[in-house]
Amino acid sequence: MPKFEYAPAPESRAVVTIEEAYGHFVDGAFTAPAETFPTLNPADETVLAQVSQAGSEDVDRAVAAARRAFEGVWGRMSGAERGKYLFRIARILQERAREFAVLETLDNGKPIKETRDVDVPIAAAHFFYHAGWADKLEYAGLSASGADVPRPHGVVGQVIPWNFPLLMLAWKIAPALATGNTVVLKPAETTPLTALLFAEVCQQAGLPAGVVNIVTGDGRTGQALVEHPGVDKIAFTGSTEVGKSIARSIAGTSKKATLELGGKAANIVFDDAPIDQAVEGIVGGIFFNQGQVCCAGSRLLVQENVHDEVVSRLKRRLGTLRVGDPMDKNSDLGAINSKAQLERITSLVEAGVAEGAERWSPECSLPAKGYWFPPTVLTGVSQTHRVATEEIFGPVLSVLTFRTPQEAVAKANNTAYGLSAGVWTEKGSRILWMADHLRAGVVWANTFNRFDPTSPFGGYKESGYGREGGRHGLEAYVTTSASTLTGAAR
Amino acid sequence: MSRLDVRKTYKLYIGGAFPRSESGRSYEVVSASGEFLANASMGSRKDVRDAVVAARGAFGKWSAATAYNRGQVLYRVAEVLEGRRAQFVEEVAAGEGLSARAAGATVDAAIDRVVWYAGWTDKIAQVLGNLNPVAGPFFNVSAPEPTGVVGVLAPQASSLLGLVSVVAPVIATGNTAVVVSSADRPLPAVTFGEVLATSDVPGGVVNIVTARTAEVATWLAAHRDVNAIDLTGVAGAEGVDWAALEAEAAGNLKRVHRPTLRDGVPVEPDWDADPGLGRLRAFVETKTVWHPKGL
Amino acid sequence: MVTVSTTTRTASDVAAQARDVLGVSRLTNRALTSWLHGLPGVDQVGNEARAAGLGTRSIKTTSKAWAIDTAIGMIDLTTLEGSDTVGKVRSLCAKALVPDPLDPSTPRPAAICVYGDMVATAKAALGDSGIHVAAVATAFPSGRASLAVKLADTRDAVEAGADEIDMVIDRGAFLSGDYLTVFDQIAQVKQACGEAHLKVILETGELVTYDNARRASFLAMLAGGDFIKTSTGKVGPAATLPVTLVMLEAVRDWRELTGVQVGVKPAGGIRTTKDAIKYLVMVSEVAGDDWLTPEWFRFGASSLLNDLLLQRQKLTTGAYSGADYVTLD
Repeated sequence: MPKFEYAPAPESRAVVTIEEAYGHFVDGAFTAPAETFPTLNPADETVLAQVSQAGSEDVDRAVAAARRAFEGVWGRMSGAERGKYLFRIARILQERAREFAVLETLDNGKPIKETRDVDVPIAAAHFFYHAGWADKLEYAGLSASGADVPRPHGVVGQVIPWNFPLLMLAWKIAPALATGNTVVLKPAETTPLTALLFAEVCQQAGLPAGVVNIVTGDGRTGQALVEHPGVDKIAFTGSTEVGKSIARSIAGTSKKATLELGGKAANIVFDDAPIDQAVEGIVGGIFFNQGQVCCAGSRLLVQENVHDEVVSRLKRRLGTLRVGDPMDKNSDLGAINSKAQLERITSLVEAGVAEGAERWSPECSLPAKGYWFPPTVLTGVSQTHRVATEEIFGPVLSVLTFRTPQEAVAKANNTAYGLSAGVWTEKGSRILWMADHLRAGVVWANTFNRFDPTSPFGGYKESGYGREGGRHGLEAYVTTSASTLTGAAR
Repeated sequence: MSRLDVRKTYKLYIGGAFPRSESGRSYEVVSASGEFLANASMGSRKDVRDAVVAARGAFGKWSAATAYNRGQVLYRVAEVLEGRRAQFVEEVAAGEGLSARAAGATVDAAIDRVVWYAGWTDKIAQVLGNLNPVAGPFFNVSAPEPTGVVGVLAPQASSLLGLVSVVAPVIATGNTAVVVSSADRPLPAVTFGEVLATSDVPGGVVNIVTARTAEVATWLAAHRDVNAIDLTGVAGAEGVDWAALEAEAAGNLKRVHRPTLRDGVPVEPDWDADPGLGRLRAFVETKTVWHPKGL
Repeated sequence: MVTVSTTTRTASDVAAQARDVLGVSRLTNRALTSWLHGLPGVDQVGNEARAAGLGTRSIKTTSKAWAIDTAIGMIDLTTLEGSDTVGKVRSLCAKALVPDPLDPSTPRPAAICVYGDMVATAKAALGDSGIHVAAVATAFPSGRASLAVKLADTRDAVEAGADEIDMVIDRGAFLSGDYLTVFDQIAQVKQACGEAHLKVILETGELVTYDNARRASFLAMLAGGDFIKTSTGKVGPAATLPVTLVMLEAVRDWRELTGVQVGVKPAGGIRTTKDAIKYLVMVSEVAGDDWLTPEWFRFGASSLLNDLLLQRQKLTTGAYSGADYVTLD
């Protein structure tokens, strides 16, 4: 029995109102619920609400509404005015931050500490950042020729995943709107609620009808949206498998796509790393959001001469990780988002053990109901093991070793993925040399899982293409060729 | 019987507070049509001196704040400015002799100008900075940094739109400002000080001295602890020789932002035009850092 | 009743044990430098992020009540002013004996901390209550005096009956790389302490970097300190959560390395219950349960006690309390 037991510190559910059932948000209003299916709280498997499955007519209507809004009010609006709408949205997200944090935790299963301190504030910051670009696009270095204001594509279809529902919505909608596009967005089928609450924010901000449309549903809805001929550009975040099928489906058309897909990032720890901060970086890298992160540091590549010390410190540190009720403010790790995902994680870890890895988890008591997986460390992993090559997308760390910087780089790059990497060392030159040689879109040195709206994010190779955030993230949302589309006025 | 209104007292804005001039002097401010509006504090060289001390004191923290934070503060300034729109419309209409409608348009433009600059804070580094591909195994980056304390002679004619157009870019880039307001139309500047004081702008980041430009400009231009000076306000200022001011500024090699000239004569710029990057570039220094890349 | 380890150690014992830990035959400044500079570095941003993260723990109801009582029991109630008088010290001691006259269940602080020439007054006032008397010594707070003067300062306090000595390290020697001098002074003061237990004040505000705080912590432990303490409270910044985090990591690592447990005392600038609880969370999650007693963790504070009492009153009455309901010391 620990001396200092933390009493339950539950965040209140009362701050947010969840409807019994939701329709879609099209052309500025909610449709009546139809063809509904439940969305669950993965921490206890209770039903939170019913949401609607959008069929091809629903998608059609949404795209048409977005087109009308683009050719009408949004496409004719000055950048300064567009920016002010985005500032309003950012402000309202700040004002309603607690509601969104609680709703996200209930629908996704991640701890309230994370939604409160990371997901919601960064989502609001994304809207603030992009609000400021709306009337400055000619300075962003995007135009085909110097000082022209770059033009938007038109209607953008966006499909987002379940791991950071609100944050991914912000990453998609903010740049799209700032550059003058209109949007049809489909949230993941297991996490639609914060997107639907966001529709309320659009209404409160007075956003013109049709500029943002939200349709809910499963993969079929996403496919209908992506294949819709009225969509000029697609933005997708999700699995590499689906990303490839999207790339195939737009082949030969004029549709553009950006894809932000999976990863199997190497978190590289040298013998001269600041050891206590490196351990924190390893923990944050794979256990933040229960490891359900595309850029998770899922492979620890530790220099062989400090392997035992690092692993021993890591195991000691994991003893204070708190797994439990996501609504408890002291929980560090919450539930896995769905039964399907839990099964995937479980079977991959079993495969890892069968391949010869040694499995270890700290002592933790998991709730009886809900989808739970303990934080897990697999040691003795080799490059050819499935747990070193396949994305597990769960709280599972595979530990491998290296001897020299070149070997670390070779092992880190030896994957079809290329989203992110971590480097831990006190030596500046080595950080920069490693950064040069790592084939990854994001390199974190002496830190991990840091996100900022000004900082471009995206992958190499099968982790996708295109960047989100920063000046570079605007590129995907504008067209640099001469176009007869009605472009945004200055 | 109509109600007697409570008139505002117009003082200086220094270090986040509203002191009177240490000289104890004031001067009459009249409307465009000659009616008495108020007595404004007549700022002295010592007030300018105190303002520079306050600006220098505030520089460390303001320049070290994140760009995001500065943007939030500037956006808040716009919010509060919007909330006080009616008061500004009245002051600008009276001071500049505009119709209510025209004054409304200029106040709206001023609010939107602040929003424009609020959106720049976290993008300046991306537009003005870059990596340099040097011919060697070195990481080399050039980044803009604020120059320090900037002296600003605010425009004589455009008492709000012109004012925010010269002040916002200075603080958006992380500098702090000592502003000499329009001599004849100082009242919106003081009210703007009130907006700043209630918008999370830390004391000393912006300091506003109402004064006869000719009396205090030289002291500001010559001050060794001021890093840059914006001479916009010489246009239409009585008794001011801007070339002499620039010569004084050379005493510590201040960065000088010259007034707009037409036929060699300083004029006020067209405040409705796109500001461009000029005032953002004017008050930043570029720092270039090298670091080897190796095992 | 506080119990603390009171191991008497001579300076030459300490030196012998140090040679053992370093694996050298002679303890030179070069040997100390290699050892200290070979310790892992501390990344400032990462360290501060971890401290901030631990600060988001939400401690409610029963755990809050436990934390408040525990924190009270860990206070070294302090007065270190030039204007201290017998009257002031007696009044402080009375406060320690009866912290809250309205609630006799209130725990007592661990110790009173005063200047050496006030030790006798404090001892007399505290009687056999079991509350310790800690004395600052070695030319506190600056540490700028000869070793002879520092040792005399220490002996005076010990002879007057001090149970604990809070010494300062020679920061000038440390910052100029003369680790051997710092070591020698601590070892000699430890010897002069006799049975009194020794806290070594690093004055982390003057050391500035976390790397220095780590090195100074290890040096102080190597030289025989029973406790490492952040600050004199006379220089800002005094105690901070991130620097205390580094010191908690140091004592944890030291025990793993040598089997010896050393205590930690953050001092100066800790004024609120909220802050005190953050420190306790950090002790619990970084060093571990073994350190969660007054034997191994202290708060150097004066106004903290009253804030803890106000919070304690709120838990018992259910209403927010005010300054009128806690006594001045």
